Amino acid sequence: MDSLSTRSLHRFANPGQFMRLSGAVLPYLAVAALVLTVTGLGWGLFVSPADWQQGDAVRIMYVHVPCAWLASGGYTGLAVCSILSLVWRHPLADLAAVEIGPVGAGFTALCLATGSLWGKPMWGAWWVWDARLTSVLVLFFLYLGHVALVRAFDDPTRGYRAGAILALVGAVNLPIIKFSVDWWNTLHQPASIGLTGAPSMAPAMLWPLLIAALGYTLVFATIVTVRLRAAVMERRIRGLLMARAASESGA
Amino acid sequence: MSHLPFIAVAYGLGVLVPLVFVVTAFQRMASARRKLAAIDPRDRWS
Repeated sequence: MDSLSTRSLHRFANPGQFMRLSGAVLPYLAVAALVLTVTGLGWGLFVSPADWQQGDAVRIMYVHVPCAWLASGGYTGLAVCSILSLVWRHPLADLAAVEIGPVGAGFTALCLATGSLWGKPMWGAWWVWDARLTSVLVLFFLYLGHVALVRAFDDPTRGYRAGAILALVGAVNLPIIKFSVDWWNTLHQPASIGLTGAPSMAPAMLWPLLIAALGYTLVFATIVTVRLRAAVMERRIRGLLMARAASESGA
Repeated sequence: MSHLPFIAVAYGLGVLVPLVFVVTAFQRMASARRKLAAIDPRDRWS
């Protein structure tokens, strides 16, 4: 356990280091998030071409797809924080998991809502019990379960442990979401972009999508960073107030 | 643009939902910073 990576983890991920580093990075992160999101969405809405089959409805993709990626990406972050919490009992990982939960739930809800808005004109239905849609709905409920569970105990540490176990068990849903369109015959289209192989999408649509996705990712990171900074300060306030109360009662 | 209402609502939500998260997060951080400064003005994070 006392490897170089573990020592680095504890050195760079303690609350003091986090506050110093995040304070320096946050302005650049926020500006980059704003510029890239506005550019990606503006490009997708006004400049990119309409699809030959879907027409202008394809423009919903520039909101829906980044949110779908972030729904799964955010939960991956939650699972990583849960491992750090359970294995190394890392206090910052506990706080990060608590702060990622509501943001991930918000982006998953946005993914479901924009998917529904895309599905109605294309499929003729707001919702179908398709494997992809259903597995993302399960992801949304997992996020809500985590949000509720970490706040359900008087002792926060017990809430963090219970939430971490739920997050790790729920992580089994991530490959199901990813491969649902390959494993089952779904109404939802298969992936157009993968880590291996060329994307089956025209560059005129691919570039605004990638820029919007990067922008939304930085927005997600900005929100979680700011919430985590607030959580660290709130914990510091509680600690100071308890120390003050203890010294006054002892005096 | 027969699908304009669907597109408009999707983009509206796509901007509004993250914006609400951003604004509430910065408000919470500012509130925590004020409280911390009031309790301990010398604190390095406030």
